[in-house]
Amino acid sequence: MSDLESRNPASRADNQDAALFGQTPSQTVGPFFHYGLPWKGGADLIGKSDMGARPELFPEDHYVLNLSSPTGTPTGEAIEIAGRVLDGAGEAVPDAMIEIWQANAAGRYASPDDARDEVAPDPHFVGFGRASTGEDGVYRFRTIRPGRVPGPGNSLQAPHIALSVFGRGVLKRLATRLYFSDGEGNDFDPVLGLVPEERRDTLIATRRADGSWWLDIILSGEGETVFFDL
Amino acid sequence: MTDSLAYAHDDAGAPPSRFPDYRSTVLRSPSLPLVRIPQTLTEVTGPAGCWDRLMGSALADLTTQHEGAPLGQRIIVTGHVLDEARRPVPHTVIEIWQANAAGRYIHGKDQWDAPLDPHFTGAGRVVTDGEGRYRFVTIRPGAYPWGNHRNAWRPAHIHLSLLGPAYATRLVTQLYFPDDPLIEIDPIANAVPMPYRDRLVCRFDIGITEPNWALGYRFDIVLKGRDATPLEEEA
Ligand SMILES: [Fe+2]
Repeated sequence: MSDLESRNPASRADNQDAALFGQTPSQTVGPFFHYGLPWKGGADLIGKSDMGARPELFPEDHYVLNLSSPTGTPTGEAIEIAGRVLDGAGEAVPDAMIEIWQANAAGRYASPDDARDEVAPDPHFVGFGRASTGEDGVYRFRTIRPGRVPGPGNSLQAPHIALSVFGRGVLKRLATRLYFSDGEGNDFDPVLGLVPEERRDTLIATRRADGSWWLDIILSGEGETVFFDL
Repeated sequence: MTDSLAYAHDDAGAPPSRFPDYRSTVLRSPSLPLVRIPQTLTEVTGPAGCWDRLMGSALADLTTQHEGAPLGQRIIVTGHVLDEARRPVPHTVIEIWQANAAGRYIHGKDQWDAPLDPHFTGAGRVVTDGEGRYRFVTIRPGAYPWGNHRNAWRPAHIHLSLLGPAYATRLVTQLYFPDDPLIEIDPIANAVPMPYRDRLVCRFDIGITEPNWALGYRFDIVLKGRDATPLEEEA
């Protein structure tokens, strides 16, 4: 019988090369992610708006990403967090993507890897969101103020939201955190404590007159945001 | 928390954040060293099993989203999502976006003078099965020029985004095709040092190819795995 039907080209150095097996390297998200990643409602972790969608950037019939379908209203204090993403020349970055990951109001993550029975899960809160910056470099989310979660040893972390920054010119995810200026435990937070004191402010959101929490993300240069090596 | 294990750090294949040949990295990458932190509950958890609720149902065939068929070479892309110990990563989402066969994105800011295809959006989403397998159908994207330098062309690529089990495993990457001469001279692909760059090149496979229908390519995606250091010791 002929092997013609199953004949494959000779193997080569590529994704299937056993000698190269290891982490798939990161690449930039590029400038054109808006029709592929930010689903409608991605930036609204509370309600059922289409916040996070960018319908002005491409024709409506190419919006194949759905609207979030929340199951109900999460418990806790509703907050808005926002800020500008700036580059090393102080210019707004109009094509960055920001993701957030956070605990619910009681300090529990909606994740199978947070198995603490003593802290109540919130069936209506996932805690993951995605937004992109506008022409002015501003990102914006509506969410719940998170509770405190444990840190290493017997420590307790101050309330915080984990942020990921992606963009054209960003070859791998930049990981940072947002803390609250009035957050309980900021002074003893095990992660903030590892950050040089003069740079801690880059992680601490301040309250604006309209009640929203504001944190600029400076990718490079003066006032550079602290990014983490996890 | 004592039985939780931390996820691995970047391995030797990770690109640097600043790679001056890729010009826009210069003002968009940190100039100060990253601050090493222990992985806490925040970093080792992540959303799971909520993809439909967040993003809607799967879109595994990018060639059937409109009334007609898109132009271009129909292809199947399949493989496994694995961790570094070759364990499958089940029920995890892969988001997909790409240019059309002419190398043009439907994005309004794409100024490349190649035709749009009314039958092709180029956005999809799949979830791995219990064994970490995924599969999607699309058309092979074209190469396109970009403004990095005079006569700069991106090799044909498919953008992929994975969350994996935790904040620590988040990955955005690009899949390239075998025998594309542009890979070797592309500053974005080149940010990944050799030989690891080849991890981003899929393999043509006649076993995936379907007679009279579509060419098949295999591409496994490897996420950071949990190493042997318990969280408490790292701290
Ligand atoms: Fe691209």
